[in-house]
Order: sequence, then C-alpha cells, then structure tokens
Amino acid sequence: MKEMLNREPFALAAFSLVILLMPIWLTPFGANYPDLLQKFAIFAIFAMGFNILFGLTGYLSFGHAAFLGVGSYAAVWSFKLFTMNVIPAIFFGVAFAGIFALAIGYVSLRRSGIYFSILTLAFAQMSYNLAYSVLTPITNGETGLQLTLQDPRIIDNAFTTPGAGLPETNLFGIDMSGYPGFYFCAVVLIICFFITRRIFNSPFGLTLRGIKSNQNRMGYTGLNTRPYTLTAFVISGMFAGLAGSLLAVTDPLAGAERMQWTASGEVVLMTILGGVGTLIGPMLGAWLIKYLENIFSSFNEITLEHFFSFLPEGLQSFAVELASLFVGEGWHLTLGVLFMLIVIFLPGGLMEGWRRLLRRFSGGGGGKSEPAAAVQPAE
Amino acid sequence: MDAILLQLLNGLDKGGAYALIALGLTLVFGTLGVVNFAHGALFMLGAFCAVTFNKLLGLEKVVVDETQTTAWGTALEIRTPYIESWFGEFGSFLLNYSVPVSIIVAIPVMLVIGIVMERGLIKHFYKRPHADQILVTFGLAIVLQEIIKHYFGANPIPQAAPAAVAGSADIGAWLGLGDGLVYPWWRLVYFGFSAAVIAAVFAFLQFTTYGMVVRAGMRDSETVGLLGINIQKRFTVVFGIAAVVAGLAGVMYTPILPPDYHMGMDFLVLSFVVVVVGGMGSLPGAVLAGFLLGVLQSFASMNAVMTIFPGINQIIIYLVAVVILLTMPRGLLGREGVMED
Repeated sequence: MKEMLNREPFALAAFSLVILLMPIWLTPFGANYPDLLQKFAIFAIFAMGFNILFGLTGYLSFGHAAFLGVGSYAAVWSFKLFTMNVIPAIFFGVAFAGIFALAIGYVSLRRSGIYFSILTLAFAQMSYNLAYSVLTPITNGETGLQLTLQDPRIIDNAFTTPGAGLPETNLFGIDMSGYPGFYFCAVVLIICFFITRRIFNSPFGLTLRGIKSNQNRMGYTGLNTRPYTLTAFVISGMFAGLAGSLLAVTDPLAGAERMQWTASGEVVLMTILGGVGTLIGPMLGAWLIKYLENIFSSFNEITLEHFFSFLPEGLQSFAVELASLFVGEGWHLTLGVLFMLIVIFLPGGLMEGWRRLLRRFSGGGGGKSEPAAAVQPAE
Repeated sequence: MDAILLQLLNGLDKGGAYALIALGLTLVFGTLGVVNFAHGALFMLGAFCAVTFNKLLGLEKVVVDETQTTAWGTALEIRTPYIESWFGEFGSFLLNYSVPVSIIVAIPVMLVIGIVMERGLIKHFYKRPHADQILVTFGLAIVLQEIIKHYFGANPIPQAAPAAVAGSADIGAWLGLGDGLVYPWWRLVYFGFSAAVIAAVFAFLQFTTYGMVVRAGMRDSETVGLLGINIQKRFTVVFGIAAVVAGLAGVMYTPILPPDYHMGMDFLVLSFVVVVVGGMGSLPGAVLAGFLLGVLQSFASMNAVMTIFPGINQIIIYLVAVVILLTMPRGLLGREGVMED
C-alpha cells in the first residue's frame, strides 16, 4: 500500500479522488456546501505554498497574507479592466504576487531567523497600511475593491453587450459560483499538489531541506544558498497569490483586511497544526481550521443553551457563559488556544500525532523514541 | 521653526511609548533569550488596568428625586459616584486623577501577570527554537486580546486626563517664539514619565547589586549560575519588571489613544522594528531607536513632506528599518554575538 502511494500516478490519482469526492464524504460532517468547500481548496493551496517556504527552508514568514492580498487585488482588477474570465485573473494574480514576493524576498532574505520574521511582518504591515491609505485609488481603501457597472471590461464588452446586473466570474461560459467554482478550485489544488510533490522530491527540495538543517554547512560545501531560498520564497508567494486570486474568483471582492497580520498568523497556524514540512499536513490543517471556524462561529447563546440543556439550571448558565467565550464572536479565542496547545504539546502537528499513534499500535508498545522532526529555525 | 519644534514634541511622546515597550522586549530577550510576541499584549493589559480602575471608581449611586423633573418630564436622577459619597473631596480627586493613580494598581497587577506568564509558559520554551517561542507567544497574544475583547467590547474606550493637565501648554511663550505654539499638557507629561521610567530601569540595572547580577547574567548566565546565584529567579523578576514597564506605558497612554483590544499588536509590530533598528539585545539602542523612530514618524506626517511623498507617514518606520538592516545588520548599537547568524 505504502509503496504504491509513493508512485506518482497512484499518489495523484488517490489525491484527486479524495479532493473531487469531497462533496460526498464531507456530507456526514455537515460541511457539504460550496462556499465552505471552496475555502477548503483555496486555503489548502495557501498553506501548501507557505509550507514550501517554512517547512522546507525553516524561514518563518509572518507576512504571507500580503501576497494573498496582492493576488486578490490583481484578480479583481483583471475582472474590472479586461474580462470576467478567470484564467487571465489567475494569471495576473500569480504574476503580481510573484513580482511582489521577489522584491520583498530579495530584501528580507538577507537576514534569517527572527530578523526575517520581523522583516516580513514589517513589509506586510506596510502593504496593509498603504492599501488602506495612499493606494486607495487602486485598492478602494476601507470599502474594498468591488465590481461596478461602470467597469470598462474591454475584452468582454468587445464581444458581448453587457447585461443589466453585475456579471459573474466564469470559465469560458461556466459560472464560477457554487459547485462549479469548487471543482475549479479543486482542479487547481490538484495541480498545486502535483507541483508541491515534485518540489519535495526534487534535488531542489533536498537542497532546501539542507539549508533548513544547517545553512552554514550548506555554505561551506560551496553552495550559494540565497538563490535557493529566494526561489522558495517566490514560489510560496505565487501559491499565496494563486489562493488570493481564487478567493476573488469565487467572490469578486478584495479588501485590505486580507493582508493583516492576523491573516498571516492564520496560515502559520494551519501549517503548524497540520504538520510543518509534511506534504499533506498543511492542507489538513487548513481544512480543520476552516471547518472549526465554520462550526464555532455559527454557535450562539441559544444553541449553547440547547446544547447544555441536560445540566441543572445553575450549571447550565455557567456552562453557557463559559462556552460563549469560545464561540461566535469569540472564535478567535479558540484559535489562539488551539495555536498554543499545538505549539506546546504537538510541535509536529497532526501528522506527528498520527505517526505517534501508528507507532503505538504497530511498534509493540511504542518503546522506540525516535527523535521527533522538530521545527528548526533558520540560523 | 514652530512647525518643526511641534513635530519634534509630537514625536517624543509616541517615541516614549515605543521606547518603553522596546526596552521591555530587549530586557526579556537579553536575559531569557526569548522573543516575546505577547509583549504588546502586556502594553494593552496595562491600558485596560487603567480602564478597569476608572470603571470601578466610577460606580454610581442613583437617587431618584421625585420633586425635580428633567426637561422630558421624568423624575430627575441624581447620580453620585460611591467614591465621592464615601470620601468626599478625596473621592472626587481620585476620580479626576484616575489615570495616574491607576499606576499604583497597575504595578502589582502587571508584576503578577508577568511572573505568572514567565513561570507558567515561557519557562518551558527556553530550549525550544526561536520559531516555537514566536509562535507560542503569538498565540498567547491572541488569547489575551480576545479575552479583553469579550469583556470590554471591540470599541475604543476613551479615558480623560486629569483636569489640571487636560489643556494645552503654551510652549511658544516659554521659549519666546510667539503664541502659535501650543501643545497638550498630557503629552508633555507622558514624555517626562517615560523618561523617568527609563531612567529608573537603567538606574536599577546600573547602581544596584541586584541589577549588577542581572547584567552579569545577560553576559554569561552559566558562569553566574556556577557562582551559586539563582540567576533564573532573577530573570523571572526581570520579566516581571519588563511587564510592569510595558503596562505603565499602556496606563499613561490611555488619554492619548483610547485603548481597544488590538492596540497591543499595533504597537508590538512597531516596537519590534524599534528593537531591530536599535540593535537586538542593546538597551540604550532600544531607547534611542524608540525616540528616533517616533520623531521620524511625526516629521513624516508634516504636510510639507506629505505633499512630496504621499503616504510616507505610514511606512517611514518600516523603510528606515529596511535600510538599517541592510546597511548595518546589527542595528544602531547592537552588540557583537547577539543573534548573529
């Protein structure tokens, strides 16, 4: 079984099957509706891309949301200026995010460790501040960038007469809302999985892992590490841009809050939760977080009261009071607590937990304590 | 000339806040070697100490006076804060000076919060990589700010400065520059306060035996430990002091900026930049860079500058940080061997 999964065609087929059948196997979990499924696919791409940088090279970027934001803005502008077709939008999203990542990476990667984290955080905050203030003609400030009836849309308008309402994003005539939107994102996700898998198994990926475990030694062997880290940074920035443009494809809006540090923190959490440096871990992390977010933020006092109705009166109100801290508006609190618990107790994430479980059941009591693949910072 | 002086003053109070937070960050980093992303949350908690204190003082007794009516025809409600009815003059004095007085409350509260945080969480992360330290303190920052948001709401809560210093100081007249130059008293107070706190921290480290041991521990904690000194305990106290400094910065900043739950993160990002510019692990560097960046930021928001470079006020600090990091990787006053790679 394991050998079979290591062969590329099988791995891809299995992966595609799991992704494309998501509407079926997620139904029992109550997660089978297109909005959520789209988010699953999009944030999986985002986290996978982030993992190429953090998981392989150990450089912890705290500013990845900036690339997501740039991707969204570029995609919405493509809808506004050229056409509602999603292909050019994605192209522009990825290209702009790539250029942006090249510029930021070129500067930030001169330093490593904590300096790198702070530099990327500073750049992301700078982009966020600019998007909110001076760049308002491009980003539409606080309102966010939206489609309007006055948009030129030169390519579309050259071939068809514009309808009365706002047009929908489409792929050569197929509307990108609902399930078609999900399947489109899913196909993109499968392509991204293929690319990521290739990167992981390539000599390039091996070099990146070498940089993570000891950058100095890599330098002593005569390898100039910076082009490698920069390439990884740009690739992961492009993944983020792709995710951003897909967000715009499923819902043609772009706002500055997508670039805030909380968004950057979220993708870090997804990656950590799933398992840093593993192929599918970040994707699982993204799914779990989006799923929990969906459940927890829909709770309110009434559902809670119903949920705790088996308790006696006094206990019930206490339980409701306590639980209401964590649900609805307080979902971010749950996120923060989860974040801390994972970092403290399970630094390897879900994948590490899974491996531990496997070892316990197969390794005869799990006596072997193999050194865990701890997250090494780039030093 | 007037405009330049005004911007200089403007920068000093903001710079004071940056310097105080950055000082605490550097202290923690220098002693425990931990990168504390929750330090901004301590600043925010300090500010909310002032808010809570003010709320407690402001609890009112409502007496309905049936003989008098309001303009709407309902009975007049006479509200007197309990504190006034109990203590009279002193009570109203307390209410008026609630922000400075809450310093007395904030010091023990922040000290306890700091020590609990260090013993309960950060202690377990000394040996872990910096990335883990960043992540766990980042999570803690989210938790703290969400708890505050749950109890105090998402909106900023304005706090009044004491009436005696609520107005503006006529600085122009003092310096003989004409009447045009006025500046809010409270901001001058804030600058003086931050200077005093910074001086106190430095005096503590420089002139007391305790401080000397801490400084020795920052150099080489292993040797100090071998000499039979429980250096870990002192470092915990230093963490508490850093928390107090950040908390006090927050308390006194409330009349300038109405506190809300995410003010900590806003200041944290800037304070990290300040620390990096000043030089990781250098206390004077943190203070210098704090004031420098505060002043630079206020100069960048002058109209004359804004017309040449629009939006420069939003990004000047980050730009300076990028330039400094690329030209002097150790920061302005960074020591050799601290966070080198």
